[in-house]
Order: sequence, then C-alpha cells, then structure tokens
Amino acid sequence: MTILVPPEQLALIYANGEKAYPDEGAGFLFGHDGEVRQVISIYDLPNSREDGARHDRFLVTPEDYLEGELKAEELKLDIIGIFHSHPDSKNVPSEYDREWAQPFFSYIITSVYNGKAIESRSWLLAEDRSKFIEEPIQRN
Amino acid sequence: MPTLYIPTPLRVYADGQSEIVVNGPIVSDALNDLVTRYPTIKQHIFNENGELRPFVNLFKGKENIVFLQGLETPISEGDSLRIIPSIAGGSL
Repeated sequence: MTILVPPEQLALIYANGEKAYPDEGAGFLFGHDGEVRQVISIYDLPNSREDGARHDRFLVTPEDYLEGELKAEELKLDIIGIFHSHPDSKNVPSEYDREWAQPFFSYIITSVYNGKAIESRSWLLAEDRSKFIEEPIQRN
Repeated sequence: MPTLYIPTPLRVYADGQSEIVVNGPIVSDALNDLVTRYPTIKQHIFNENGELRPFVNLFKGKENIVFLQGLETPISEGDSLRIIPSIAGGSL
C-alpha cells in the first residue's frame, strides 16, 4: 500500500507540527482509500492531553473524534488516517503508539526538531496488532 | 432492535458497513452479538483478557455509557449505539 500525500497537504501537516511545538500536534487525514490511498485534505485536532504531558503524548477525545467523522461525511470523504508530530524525536511509532493504534488507519508521523518539521513517514498497524509496517509516501 | 454505528477503521471487519442492527437488551450483549457475527473485529475491541480496549468508547445516543450503567446499560428498539475510538499516541 502506498499513500499519496500532495505537497500542499504535506506542507499543512508540517505546519501543524511546527505550530504545536514543543507539544505534539495531531489531526485526521481525509481522503479516499483504494489501491493508492489518497489524502485530499487534513483536519487539525486539539491535543487534549493534560499540561506537561503534551510534549510526548497526544489525545483526541471521543467527542472530537465524532466531530471529525461528521465533518468527513459532510465533505463526502473518509477518515483514512491520523497524523501527529514527534517533537525532537524520530518519526517512527513508539510502543505507546502501537498500543493505542487503530487498524486500517495510516499513521503519518513527522519529526519536528527545534520547531522545524524535518520529515514525515507513514505507518500501518499489522493485522495482528504486533507491530507497525511502513507504507511509502508518494508526494505527487 | 438497536442500531450499532461502526467507526471508519473497524468497518473493514464488518463487511464495510457503517451501521448494523444488533440484538441484546444491554450493551454487552450487543457487543457480543457484533463479535460473534464479525469475529475478526473482536481483537480491536477487546484485549486478550476479554476487557474493552482503553480506546473503545460507547455512546448511547449522545451519552457515554460510562456515565450510564456501563456495559450493563439497557438498550432497546430504536436506540442508537456508537463505537467511538479515543485516538492517542506519542513519541515515548
């Protein structure tokens, strides 16, 4: 599986991570699933973790999830994944990411060092939930 | 019978359906009905000990069942039950 992320959407993902720095930023990936999964737009989400924990954790409440899902339906798009930033850390999933991961979703993780977004990589949860598998990002 | 709303990431395990009609007088029965009919969805809702995974939330209408009677919350004809995930992650 490959995920197509147009440059303008990737720029918005970078901007989300830089704006949230030094905390983690997050949002939904709206688009279509298929042989090539395509990101059409992104939807910024608030990080609801408590003060002091947002540098290395993010949380989206069920109420915010529902609001995002209804927005996707309104746009006639699907939620195809989640993006989040790892401030001053590698763009690979942590054990905590795996424990909380949803199947089917693409997880785009962006490294943000010193407030500057460096690179994004995308990951999918394995069917048995044991690990993440990288999915290539196609930019255009 | 109540209708159970399936969130996007779990629809692939329910033949692509976003809503299914479920049987049972309480929420836990409805979930058991779901995982009996769609067994591959089970590992994403329950952990190895048969407990709800921490990111699985259930809403009856607009109310989180943790503020009602939890898995024992009664459901009936015409009720809408939603599975809504909490999304979390982090670098550590």
